[in-house]
Amino acid sequence: MDLVVARPEGLYCPPGNFYIDPWRPVDRALITHAHGDHARYGHGHYLAAAPGAGILRARLGDINLQTLEYGESIVHHGVRVSFHPAGHVLGSAQIRLEHQGDVWVASGDYKLEPDGTCAPFEPVRCNTFITESTFGLPIYRWRPQREIFADINAWWLMNASAGRASVLYCYSFGKAQRILSGLDPDIGPILTHGAVEPLNAAYREMGVALPATTPGTDATKADIPRSLILAPPSTRGSTWMRRFGDHADAFASGWMQLRGARRRRGVDRGFVLSDHADWPDLQTAIDATGASRVFVTHGQIGVMVRWLREQGLDAQGFVTEYGDDEIDQAVSSKAEETA
Amino acid sequence: MKAFSALFAQLDGTTSSNAKLEAMRAYFSQAPAADAAWAVYLLAGGKPRQLVPTRMLREIAAQAAGIPTWLFEESYDSVGDLAETISVLLPDADGDSDEGLAVWIEQKLLPLRGQPPEVLPAMLEALWRQLDLRGRFLCFKIITGSLRVGVSRLLVTRALASVADLDPKQVAQRMIGYTDLKATPDGAAFAALIAPASEGADDPARSGHPYPFFLAHPLQVPTDTLQGLLGSPSDWIVEWKWDGIRAQLVRRADDAWIWSRGEELVTERFPELADMGRTLPPGTVLDGEILVIREGQVQAFSQLQRRLGRKVLSNRILQDFPVALRAYDLLEWQGEDWRPRPLSERRAQLERVVAEAAHPALALSPTLQAEDWEGLDEQRAESRALGVEGMMLKAKTAPYGVGRTKDVGTWWKWKVDPFSVDAVLIYAQPGHGRRASLYTDYTFGVWDSPPGSPERKLVPFAKAYSGLTDVEIKKVDAHLRKTVVEKFGPVISVTPLLVFELGFEGIDRSTRHKSGIAVRFPRMLRWRQDKPVDEADTLESLAALLPEPLAG
Repeated sequence: MDLVVARPEGLYCPPGNFYIDPWRPVDRALITHAHGDHARYGHGHYLAAAPGAGILRARLGDINLQTLEYGESIVHHGVRVSFHPAGHVLGSAQIRLEHQGDVWVASGDYKLEPDGTCAPFEPVRCNTFITESTFGLPIYRWRPQREIFADINAWWLMNASAGRASVLYCYSFGKAQRILSGLDPDIGPILTHGAVEPLNAAYREMGVALPATTPGTDATKADIPRSLILAPPSTRGSTWMRRFGDHADAFASGWMQLRGARRRRGVDRGFVLSDHADWPDLQTAIDATGASRVFVTHGQIGVMVRWLREQGLDAQGFVTEYGDDEIDQAVSSKAEETA
Repeated sequence: MKAFSALFAQLDGTTSSNAKLEAMRAYFSQAPAADAAWAVYLLAGGKPRQLVPTRMLREIAAQAAGIPTWLFEESYDSVGDLAETISVLLPDADGDSDEGLAVWIEQKLLPLRGQPPEVLPAMLEALWRQLDLRGRFLCFKIITGSLRVGVSRLLVTRALASVADLDPKQVAQRMIGYTDLKATPDGAAFAALIAPASEGADDPARSGHPYPFFLAHPLQVPTDTLQGLLGSPSDWIVEWKWDGIRAQLVRRADDAWIWSRGEELVTERFPELADMGRTLPPGTVLDGEILVIREGQVQAFSQLQRRLGRKVLSNRILQDFPVALRAYDLLEWQGEDWRPRPLSERRAQLERVVAEAAHPALALSPTLQAEDWEGLDEQRAESRALGVEGMMLKAKTAPYGVGRTKDVGTWWKWKVDPFSVDAVLIYAQPGHGRRASLYTDYTFGVWDSPPGSPERKLVPFAKAYSGLTDVEIKKVDAHLRKTVVEKFGPVISVTPLLVFELGFEGIDRSTRHKSGIAVRFPRMLRWRQDKPVDEADTLESLAALLPEPLAG
């Protein structure tokens, strides 16, 4: 029996009678992480990994939320459920399901490179693995994050020396905190947009060390020319942004790997920094599960299924409403929130 | 290579002309002449012929990347650029070459041409192993003959002029032919571009070089404002705007050369025009339009295209598609540069030259007269029937300028409104470059029978990818993704729901198109969100726009 099947409401576990990251309101939902396309309003009960509880509550309000520590398990209708670090954002988890000796793991979104702002990815052995495929093409290969951070700091320093503020667009939850953890605070003040600051607070509360930040609205005239500003992409051209005057801008995302996406974005620089696994890491992660059967969700479903089949695995696709479709996530702000 | 690669990154990373100018200035004032020579060539649009066949490059790249060819193709569909796809798929570099652009092009890239397939993988690996992502991208762009840098030739000219402290027009003159296919830029060629003005190396008397073309600006104002804007029509020379190939005929020393507007030497494509040119007195340069003219009738551009499409010009082609030059300007006479003289004087002399030549392949572009602009506008309304695109307006007192500058007597193109039909979007595929992985290239169809006919179908008749704003593109893209019916490689078919008003310049019968109709320069004029699919146009309404069979 399949432990997970695709239903119009979301990925469903028939023996357990619960859903994983459902996109329509259901009674019981297991949540891999707090990004908006995975954690939605309106479910009866939520079950999630404990480190993500604060952010889930901050985003979804007063929900009926039960949590488990990483590795801790409970049995529901005969299905043993546990959460294991996915390395994507704070509190992100792979969900392991065990029923009558069969083991399935649903990855949610994941990244293999440890980054210091969330628990690093742990491979979990299973018979069937449900993997994301956001960057499921061999054109996506990330450089180590220390190189990217060095590039960002060098860019910031160059602008600061020229007396220009540096605006770095990135997603408020996850990406912003990861960048913060790699910035060199000796270069100048770090300013943040109102969408970013509450998440910084949530991270700090969970014991993640981040450099000091100041809300952009509190910045003094003297601060601005040497500052780096972290803001979501939607603030570009807004009145909020105008206070920083003539500035350099950049965007941090895995999509910045491609020249076309960089040019479409129209910023001065694109930093290739993603919270998702690149092509080699997707293969590494799938391989490490030891699974003989793989379901591929959101991203490059067709490509990954064909590739995995050629590698001798039993692979098929699951159509979900996570992220966007398989062709271009770079235009959808919903998908970019998780990129 | 590193310096050029850094320059490319700077030019690619900004849309400001001033920043681009400054970046090129900085590069040209530091680069060794041999490297700068190639940089000018590449920036100004020069392209060495394809050095390695594309198919072979794809295979070699897929193999080196350790992926099957289908995965290479999937990657390519996502990236939208072959050179970039190859660059990102290849394994990481293990070196970092310090050699200059000239060494790279002359000693590493150009020798790739004509190599047997069995040695190419190793030769290419020796190259990409030494380059970072950007360097690779440039190399593969050069290898595939598809490097495009976001700078105009005019901007390159200005950068060089500023480095050398010269008049940009003089640099433009020296640049002519620089990017020709057979050109081989070297340090001496670069030195000649930026040599001090006094050295007098600019005497064109013995070379076949043309003058920089003077280009027209569009005129889009109500007819009743023209008197206020341009004064009396009697101050202007008014001609038809021909739908052919703009060209200069250069007759000097013992020979004649034909140059197209892209400053491409096309003499060999038009032997009958070169023959005619040799009958003119040496030291003559004419500006005009190449047209297919049969039994005194100017033929549609598609006829000229059929001739351009041939690699070898058989006698049959020469007979079936006879060309002639409709001359409208005289740039050089008796070896003297006539461009500074007023147009009225050039035109008067041109009329004498054409009359004197009395050659069937040379005719004047006739001038048009009327009492007032309204009178000319009435004549302009007949443009379609005559197979022209509208009118050209040129001030009688003005000299002949350079490029698209407006500092001397602007030339205006006063075009007729384009043809337009309402068509339905039926297929889409992702664009390239800035539009990669967004659905931006669309195929449009019209109905094969009138409204109400049972089981009527949409017949594809035109492809278009321009005319929408970025915001509209995003909306259309999102819409298409929700209505995909089938996928064929990168192409999707969609439920026919979106109607667009398409504009195009010309229409002709075609045996190569399913619809039996070919249109020129189709583009989207607007998204008809108000129009239901059922009310889109039909093949019949499209056919009504066709020229009379005589002219087709």
